[in-house]
Amino acid sequence: MTTILDPTDERVPVARQITPRTGKIEGVIGLLDISKPRGNVLLDELERLLADRFPDNEIRRYAKPTFTKPCPSDLRLKIKSECSVLVEALAD
Amino acid sequence: MSPTPPAFTLQDLEGTPRSYPTGRPSLVVFAKEDCATCNLVAPLLEAFHTAWGDRADVWMVAQARDGAEILRDRHGLTLPILDDGALRTSLAWDFESVPAVFWTSADGSAAPGMEGFVKAEWEALAQSITSALGGSGPEIAWAELPDWRPGCGSKHLDPDIHDRLVAEAEGSPIRARRIEIAASDDIDEFLFDQGFSDGLPLVPPTPERVIRMLAGTTRDPQDVVAIVPPNLAPATVEKVAINAVMAGCRPEYLPVVIAALEAVCTDEFNIHGVNATTMGASPVLVVNGPIRHRIGMNMKLGALGTGNRANATIGRAVRLIIRNLGGARPGGVDRSTLSNPMKFTMCFAEWEEGSPWDPLHVERGFAPEDSVVTAFAMTSGPVQIVDQESRRPDQIAGTLGLGLEGMFLPKIRRMPVDALLVVCPEHINTLMVDGDYPKDRLRARIQEVTARPLREMVSNDISGAGIPVTSAARMTPEMLDTPTPKFADGKYIHIVVAGSEAGKFSAAFHGWVTGAMGSTVVSRKIDC
Repeated sequence: MTTILDPTDERVPVARQITPRTGKIEGVIGLLDISKPRGNVLLDELERLLADRFPDNEIRRYAKPTFTKPCPSDLRLKIKSECSVLVEALAD
Repeated sequence: MSPTPPAFTLQDLEGTPRSYPTGRPSLVVFAKEDCATCNLVAPLLEAFHTAWGDRADVWMVAQARDGAEILRDRHGLTLPILDDGALRTSLAWDFESVPAVFWTSADGSAAPGMEGFVKAEWEALAQSITSALGGSGPEIAWAELPDWRPGCGSKHLDPDIHDRLVAEAEGSPIRARRIEIAASDDIDEFLFDQGFSDGLPLVPPTPERVIRMLAGTTRDPQDVVAIVPPNLAPATVEKVAINAVMAGCRPEYLPVVIAALEAVCTDEFNIHGVNATTMGASPVLVVNGPIRHRIGMNMKLGALGTGNRANATIGRAVRLIIRNLGGARPGGVDRSTLSNPMKFTMCFAEWEEGSPWDPLHVERGFAPEDSVVTAFAMTSGPVQIVDQESRRPDQIAGTLGLGLEGMFLPKIRRMPVDALLVVCPEHINTLMVDGDYPKDRLRARIQEVTARPLREMVSNDISGAGIPVTSAARMTPEMLDTPTPKFADGKYIHIVVAGSEAGKFSAAFHGWVTGAMGSTVVSRKIDC
């Protein structure tokens, strides 16, 4: 028998639940640009399509300061408090 | 008076558990059978037991089970002999040599312990116990005994045993989860199977090895060194030490690993993005200052390659911490398209003594006597720059510039991106052949020789990269004819000296996204 010490952080990942899908789009729709080149092109087109299909919903645009770093927590909280749904556009 | 020694329960040779404190006055003597002085005092302990046994407990504690039996048979002992073969009680009672003698009086107050044999002290102790207990004392021919005999080193301090005992003891600094590997399992295979490895074999992080590693720093094992992305896991000194053991580090490297981890886990360095980028970036660590020599780092022949334990394992330890604590694994948050071998390790020292310039850490604001590690986020390298012909300073400086021209792609100019240039000693000699050639002059020369008209950088049939045709159409002919250097500013060119004294081969590392958008070079003083 050999004993070794755990080199990891020993944390069990939290199981994340997906928000229930209702089949309807209600409330403010957020569009998050991660600030990678041409991500805005995709979001512009998506915004146009969403505006056509959901004329009663407000659409708000957000952008991360840089794609190389995680979303700042204050921006995450702002999006969470303002939006019902969010679409994040990657550019890879 | 001394603090009362810690309680214990040990079995005697008949298998009867005996516990201390006993509720009576006690004389506890630790001994081992191969110690001449222990054998000298064994008959004295028997005489003490005979004289005081009805009023006090006189116990011998042997440091091995078979040794206890040998001492009993050799000296015809009848006093209780306790088995401390596990040596935990010896460790807890904290003495250095045997025989180690401890007297506790009836009120629980303990006399200072004695080690070895000093006749005057033993005689005085015997008289003091006799007067404390009352009645007759032991019959001992003190005159026939030598005045002094040294003790022998206690078995619990044997280097092979001590670190394991400390790791297992109550109050051990170890807090990490212990993983038991069955005797039937291959340890090396087990470490691979758990995903702890970068693909190469690991040194198993046993508790005793981790205890030895922790001796490399004065920091508390539970101090948090950094929060490691992407999982934002707290890296305690203990967890850093575990990964440093696996990487193959010696304890004296640990302060460098700690400082390097602090550097890469800053928001400025942005190890999250460095790991995640499809471009395949990794930290390149440069060590400066006196610690380079103290831990035997390589800064000369083969400095950027294999063969030196400090260079190889410090860089590897940082990578393993990011993998095992941060959770950055290829295919997970590490999304490198091709990746590069620097993700195993890349750490070297600057050969300050071979440099005509201020070393990197002094240039970055530290004192020459400081030991410092500097982290660069690099995507390629070391790329060799070959010039065996140039004999004039501006020629060799020009070569170093041309060697950087291909960074990312020759068609890309005015790059706000870091490069790390490692100039070899023979190229330094040529640079300095007419006297001083400051670093800033070298930077200016690199900018000068790499300047090309922007017209050559426009997207075309050879390569679609570079300035888009639509953008070029909006530029005036004068703008397109403007010579434009490789770097947006000379400050992006970082310069160090390393390598053997033979060979005209310098090298460059190419950066990633530099600045607040990506990664900024970070230096940290090494606490040593």
